[in-house]
Amino acid sequence: MLEFMEGSHAVAEIVKRCRPQVIAAYPITPQTHIVEDLAQMVANCEIDAEYITVESEFSALSACLGASAAGSRVYSATTSQGLALMFEVCFNAAGMRQPIVMTIANRSLGAPLSIWNDQQDSISLRDSGWLQFYAEDNQEAADLHMIAYKVCEDHDVLLPAFVCFDGFILTHTYEPVTLPTQEEVDAYLPAFTPYQRLDAANPLSLGMYATPEYYMEFRYEVDRAMERAKQAFIKAGREFGEQFGRDYSALVEGYRLEDADTALVAMGSICGTAKDAIDEMREHGRKVGLLKIRTYRPFPAQEIANALKGVSTVAVLDKNISLGNGGAVGIEVKSALYGSGAAVYDYIIALGGRDVRKKDIAAVVDLAEKGKGDMFYGLRTEVL
Amino acid sequence: MTAAELIAFAAFEGGVYAQAFPAFGVERRGAPVQAFVRFSDEKIRLRSQIYEPDYIIVQDPTLIGDVDVFMGMKEGGIAIVNTEKPDFDSRVPEGARVYTIDATTIALEELGVPITNTTLMGAFAAATGEIKLEPLEHALRSRFSGSMADKNVKAAGRAYNQIGGAV
Amino acid sequence: MALRAGCAAAPGRALENKTGAWRVFKPVFEPEKCTKCGMCALVCPEGCVRETEEGTFEPDLDYCKGCGICVEICPKKGIRMEKEEK
Repeated sequence: MLEFMEGSHAVAEIVKRCRPQVIAAYPITPQTHIVEDLAQMVANCEIDAEYITVESEFSALSACLGASAAGSRVYSATTSQGLALMFEVCFNAAGMRQPIVMTIANRSLGAPLSIWNDQQDSISLRDSGWLQFYAEDNQEAADLHMIAYKVCEDHDVLLPAFVCFDGFILTHTYEPVTLPTQEEVDAYLPAFTPYQRLDAANPLSLGMYATPEYYMEFRYEVDRAMERAKQAFIKAGREFGEQFGRDYSALVEGYRLEDADTALVAMGSICGTAKDAIDEMREHGRKVGLLKIRTYRPFPAQEIANALKGVSTVAVLDKNISLGNGGAVGIEVKSALYGSGAAVYDYIIALGGRDVRKKDIAAVVDLAEKGKGDMFYGLRTEVL
Repeated sequence: MTAAELIAFAAFEGGVYAQAFPAFGVERRGAPVQAFVRFSDEKIRLRSQIYEPDYIIVQDPTLIGDVDVFMGMKEGGIAIVNTEKPDFDSRVPEGARVYTIDATTIALEELGVPITNTTLMGAFAAATGEIKLEPLEHALRSRFSGSMADKNVKAAGRAYNQIGGAV
Repeated sequence: MALRAGCAAAPGRALENKTGAWRVFKPVFEPEKCTKCGMCALVCPEGCVRETEEGTFEPDLDYCKGCGICVEICPKKGIRMEKEEK
């Protein structure tokens, strides 16, 4: 049944139904509504969870790491500078193979200070060993949390995950969402079975130091787990589709790509606007499609190459910039399409919350088809 | 934002897809803010702000003059303006219809506070026909409880009837 | 050694890393001068100075690196360093 609610509330409701045992988070715009809702639910005894109030994001994720190592299903949420403060703990959580699920309400990073949306925060943690999933709308944002727990806790994976959804654009938007019941969630997501856990009666240390003889092998193992996460995601997404009718088994999802000459590639809420823009361009006879990347980590390079076979021009929309070398998604799409013959152009777009309209998407397609790319789109040259 | 959320919720209750969101980041009561609503028979994918609205609600008449509140309004569009002065200097675009209502006075009389969201919602329903009275009342009773719900329903109903006469 | 997910291990694994071979000089404790103040055990960076049944102290030469801090701290000058014979 569709219900009308705010994106943050939909995520909080679904997190509640995933039955986390420990929640630790520090409030930061635009993530606040999620953790306020969850704190309220814990206070009302709607969830049997420990809510740990902390003095910083570093402590929030540290508390989650400890609780996860002790065998609990844990949850956190953050964004932007808060995620930046978690940097060290993020690497430790992945290296210690703890299946923590954390929502990222995507926001730009300072300076200059900006509370508005882009995807610089999670993209900047791309090498940390966390899985990264991006949602196009609030339904997908809610659903991906259930899938994330299933994938992370798979003993073939044992890695933490970011579920990323665009700050304000999704977190603060009210729209219809279908929420599964507690019984349905329980049927999909079994209780957490730790692979190993801290236990006073049988002591264990995690993340011990590894000398040069061992360190590389541990990193290799994390990378292998990332690779296995692809199959785990496909399986969990297919099972989700079988139970709830919304199939998430695709790491990348094409929209009107079948006969497309030009393909946009994007992640997150911009995909919705792009789809409407593509429908309009199609009405004018333009053969344009979209490839939406759902899992940025692990990066579905082969799936992207397969999906874009036969496309002559590719325009990547990057809501981030790897300063000094263009957008992070563009760099990786170019690598995935190396040797394919397609012309791949990258567009830095919508940084710091700048609005994207259908006409902007059409303008990017025009630029790409004229061979102009690898640029910031929509710069206000009068202030430069 | 509350008005946008309630209007979208009432439309959704009436059987269409709806989307409501604020102009992000500056939501403080009393500060100039914008919020946006879309309705559609199909699922709404578009995420951009609204630049060419079919309908505009002006909650705060003191903004008129400082801000071009009717910017981008389409021909045949409808504006609902909260003002005591039906003859205000509006610069309304040609081809647009304007309904004025003294929502502040209605809100003060019915609710005791100058919060005009629910009153203007009633005016919007009557002026545009996008929301029927029943889902509107259901939306208000979902949002408010007890006597607050009754008061808000009454405020919305007064505005609905007042504008309804004009239509 | 097979790698264990998360670089996990039972505690106390550092005991396998015996550091006694690092020494050039070893500490020699003279129990007859000892007042049992315990400063030598307190300052030992390896934590390898132990109390005996008599209440005096002795180093665990499997781990003692020969730093000599116990010699510096002993108020009775009851510890001296001697060249290790290998």
